[in-house]
Amino acid sequence: MISAQAYGENGKMKEYHYTGPVEHKFSPYAFNGGTVLAVAGEDFAIVASDTRLSEGYSIHSRDSPKCYKLTDTTVLGCSGFHGDCLTLTKIIDARLKMYKHSNNKTMTSGAIAAMLSTILYGRRFFPYYVYNIIGGLDEEGRGAVYSFDPVGSYQRDTYKAGGSASAMLQPLLDNQIGFKNMENVEEVPLTLEKAVQLVKDVFISAAERDVYTGDALEICIITKEGIREEIVPLRKD
Amino acid sequence: MATVSVCQYHPGGFSFENCKRNALLEADINKLGFSSPAARKTGTTICGVVYKDGVVLGADTRATEGMVVADKNCSKIHYISPNIYCCGAGTAADTEMTTQIISSNLELHALSTGRLPRVATANRMLKQMLFRYQGYIGAALVLGGVDCTGPHLYSIYPHGSTDKLPYVTMGSGSLAAMAVFEDRYRPNMEEEEAKRLVRDAIAAGIFNDLGSGSNIDLCVITKGKVDYLRPHDVANKKGVRTGSYRYKHGTTGVLTKAVIPLNLEVVEESVQTMDTS
Repeated sequence: MISAQAYGENGKMKEYHYTGPVEHKFSPYAFNGGTVLAVAGEDFAIVASDTRLSEGYSIHSRDSPKCYKLTDTTVLGCSGFHGDCLTLTKIIDARLKMYKHSNNKTMTSGAIAAMLSTILYGRRFFPYYVYNIIGGLDEEGRGAVYSFDPVGSYQRDTYKAGGSASAMLQPLLDNQIGFKNMENVEEVPLTLEKAVQLVKDVFISAAERDVYTGDALEICIITKEGIREEIVPLRKD
Repeated sequence: MATVSVCQYHPGGFSFENCKRNALLEADINKLGFSSPAARKTGTTICGVVYKDGVVLGADTRATEGMVVADKNCSKIHYISPNIYCCGAGTAADTEMTTQIISSNLELHALSTGRLPRVATANRMLKQMLFRYQGYIGAALVLGGVDCTGPHLYSIYPHGSTDKLPYVTMGSGSLAAMAVFEDRYRPNMEEEEAKRLVRDAIAAGIFNDLGSGSNIDLCVITKGKVDYLRPHDVANKKGVRTGSYRYKHGTTGVLTKAVIPLNLEVVEESVQTMDTS
């Protein structure tokens, strides 16, 4: 159908005229979804993430885990903008190697956390759009979880959820692991089996209500024996 | 003759009465730092196909509020008349109310004409209403039914344009569904093949579009019969949780307790049975 707007009163086509400055927008960031979760126990740590990579309403990949193994005792989970996740993990791997070569020992979880904080703050004015959670064993063999914001603020936690479904998972963890908002409960220390079961259940619930979470769940269990991986299917819709 | 279906007289054209007020309210809210509430959208996959004996309509069952699932099993295939059904995508309230208004008006119209309503009539009423609101009613519809002239299928856009086609898809998952249709659609299919095609098209939307999910609803309309299959296919079951999260009595702390006895005197007692047949 011929649009009437392009034609003037006398029937000839109107001259194209410039209406003024036009604002174009390019955003260097994208949001690729994904949820990460870490839990620290007496002598173990668990880092879990879903494996869906999305953008807008589409799915890029159903098999893109967000847990990255840094050392034999430390795993990093990162979600947010996938491009920055990849670059950040490359930088961390390089820095780990440099430390190993100059200090002749592997970085401890606490040291990695402190280093990550400085790396992130180094880009304070053009941040890495990544929500990081480190899970591992500290020097005494106890479980440790460190959670970060995109510009490097961090603290040691017992449990933390990050990423798109974090607001749904964190209150549930506060209740089940932190025993918050409950009276007359026996505060038993968390066992490895109970923690793994809880992590699986909590992700099943997140996949129900968050569109960015689903496909599969990858759990990395860190103990003094090493790092064990478990993969559990989730909803694919 | 005055039409019985219109309650208020519409002078014609768009009513701009509330636009200025809405713009001011929006600006005020944003100044205070709040965001205006987002309407719940269905973020959907809906589709329809004409086959040998009638039409098959299909829809997913997920309703989203932003990127959070608000309803895991909502019904998107709406009743218009005994022989006409309509799938709705876009703003949930708009699709629900629009189809109900047209259904009501069409029933009055059918009583006035003494005939079974035609799909073209429902289409005309829907498009005239949506155009009157200039796209502000966010309802994208797939209208299908069988009348005395045969099976018909229309797609209706929020601004009021319509297309009469043998197969249509709408919603955020429409591209995924249309890909399936373009691959396997043939004219004059049998009922089972048509149902399978619609089911697969909606499944493509459910698994590849984040705005669609859960189950597949189907509606098969033929001359004299409607099969409303809800759900036709439970494509996604809720994951089974291994732990039990029931709380024991006394878990919720009681801070204060006040017991106020109400001293009542029974004066008269009468029983009225309700007709529950």
